[in-house]
Amino acid sequence: MPAAEPDETLEAQKARLEEQIRAKERQLQTLKANLLNLDQGIRNGSHAADEYKRYGRQLIMPTMGLQGQLRLKQAKVLVVGVGGLGCPAATYLAGAGVGTLGLMDGDVVELSNLHRQIAHSTDRVGMSKADSAYKSLRALLSYQCLSRLNPLVEYNLHKFHVSPENALAIFNSYDLILDCTDHPTSRYLISDACVLTGKTLVSASALKTEGQLIVLNDPPRPPGDLSGGPCYRCIFPKPPPAESVLSCGEGGILGPVVGTMGVLQALEAIKLLSRPRAEATPESMGNGTSDEPPKASMLMFSAYNNPQFRTARLRSRRSNCAVCSSTPSITKASLDSGSLDYVAFCGVAIPVNILPHSLRLSPTEFAILPNAARGTLIDVRDETQFAICAVPESVNVPWTGNAASWLAHAEEAGVLDDEDSACKYIVCRFGNDSQLAAKAIIDRSGGTTEKVKDIKGGFQSWREEVDPQWPDY
Amino acid sequence: MERNIPLTVEFTGGLEMLFSNQRVHKISIPARDDRKEPSNVGFLIKHLCDNLMKDPRKEMFVIDDSIRPGVLVLINDADWELEGEDRYELQPNDNIVFVSTLHGG
Repeated sequence: MPAAEPDETLEAQKARLEEQIRAKERQLQTLKANLLNLDQGIRNGSHAADEYKRYGRQLIMPTMGLQGQLRLKQAKVLVVGVGGLGCPAATYLAGAGVGTLGLMDGDVVELSNLHRQIAHSTDRVGMSKADSAYKSLRALLSYQCLSRLNPLVEYNLHKFHVSPENALAIFNSYDLILDCTDHPTSRYLISDACVLTGKTLVSASALKTEGQLIVLNDPPRPPGDLSGGPCYRCIFPKPPPAESVLSCGEGGILGPVVGTMGVLQALEAIKLLSRPRAEATPESMGNGTSDEPPKASMLMFSAYNNPQFRTARLRSRRSNCAVCSSTPSITKASLDSGSLDYVAFCGVAIPVNILPHSLRLSPTEFAILPNAARGTLIDVRDETQFAICAVPESVNVPWTGNAASWLAHAEEAGVLDDEDSACKYIVCRFGNDSQLAAKAIIDRSGGTTEKVKDIKGGFQSWREEVDPQWPDY
Repeated sequence: MERNIPLTVEFTGGLEMLFSNQRVHKISIPARDDRKEPSNVGFLIKHLCDNLMKDPRKEMFVIDDSIRPGVLVLINDADWELEGEDRYELQPNDNIVFVSTLHGG
């Protein structure tokens, strides 16, 4: 084309600008019309005035606004696991006005749950956790008419555990998934199902005094698309050895610690769901502003550390990931066919059974021994548990995880002095560590001593067979 | 003789139990490894096993000479996979964190 005259160029520029302005004005009108429609939708709802009042405090936040609130109202969130994480997460999501909330759990409420699982209560021990949480959340949000479902949040109850067979179908009908479960098998399964159904995953965990939080598959992209966020397998391609996995029942958990993590999950969910659709870059955890593949980050909470919170930058998608790469070994078909065994993948910690029958004694058999025959009772639970409850005159030598170091402690405590005279009875909480300790003494004697016995099933069986008053902690 | 490299090493998520129940360890390690190469994180891990870890359960930390699955290594608050993993050459005052993943909920 011939070079344009300067005047013509300016004319052309002007025309182009005017066209751009007209386009923007049309766009603005469309947006305003949409807003008006949605606005009227809210007003025409049966509780319009109540909704403005109910959500007012979060509505006036610039990060939320009316549009954010409407996005929340349209959102469908699935909470997998309605325990220590799921109870607070679901409560805050219901309170914030998420449109549909799925509650998925196959367990029933137990007394030992109640110090942390705040949507359950004493009178609901034995009830399905999904049912129990539903009752609490309905009470939180419904008013005037208790007999009728609260119109502000729709609940779906899934009263079973997540499985390879049900995950895809259920996840498909939600926008966002929260992993509030308590085991590696479900964590891998939920992450895989999120990749295969294209859902972002807010994953949290807690144990003792610490918690961890990661937002995964954000943004959710098909397998092979490196502009998607990493999945659980990208970060942890191999599961931890089963022996290294501690549950809250075994390791303990402080209620507010797991509660904090559940509340943070709800917060990340609200940030993800209320953000404008155009913001495809992950900003939920404050990263991902460049053109690089999005990376995850992990928030770590440690109640007794200073600082209590820290954030680690994690990797982006793994190019050879088993599920989100271009050459996945885990697909919708493999999940549907049931050929994936998550339990086998993660392994199972096998109960200890290393002593011959002759060296094992049931609690009942121990209880009927005459006093003179009782010898020394060695309790190998840790000091904290020993201080909660102990058999009179038993000696506490906590199992240290290793024969040599435990024997050293046992020698210090003087329980090994009378090598061949009195019999030694070893007891622990569940009957695993006691066998290891008994074996340590037997091996030390060159395998000859018969004067060491393990109390089968530990104090758990002791309570069932001998002393119902024994604390069931 | 090159100076040692001062480091802060932290264990969390339960790993501190293997290291005398102490979360933060201020240590210094030789600036060069046995082959006179600059000390990297791989060398540090071996050093920790040999010198700092009193607990005999090595397999809770290292399996087949590498960090066991389920443990994240953070180099100055970044996943070590972003920094070259065990080949990352240690700098004075680096902060190396070993995090065991939690699964409870």
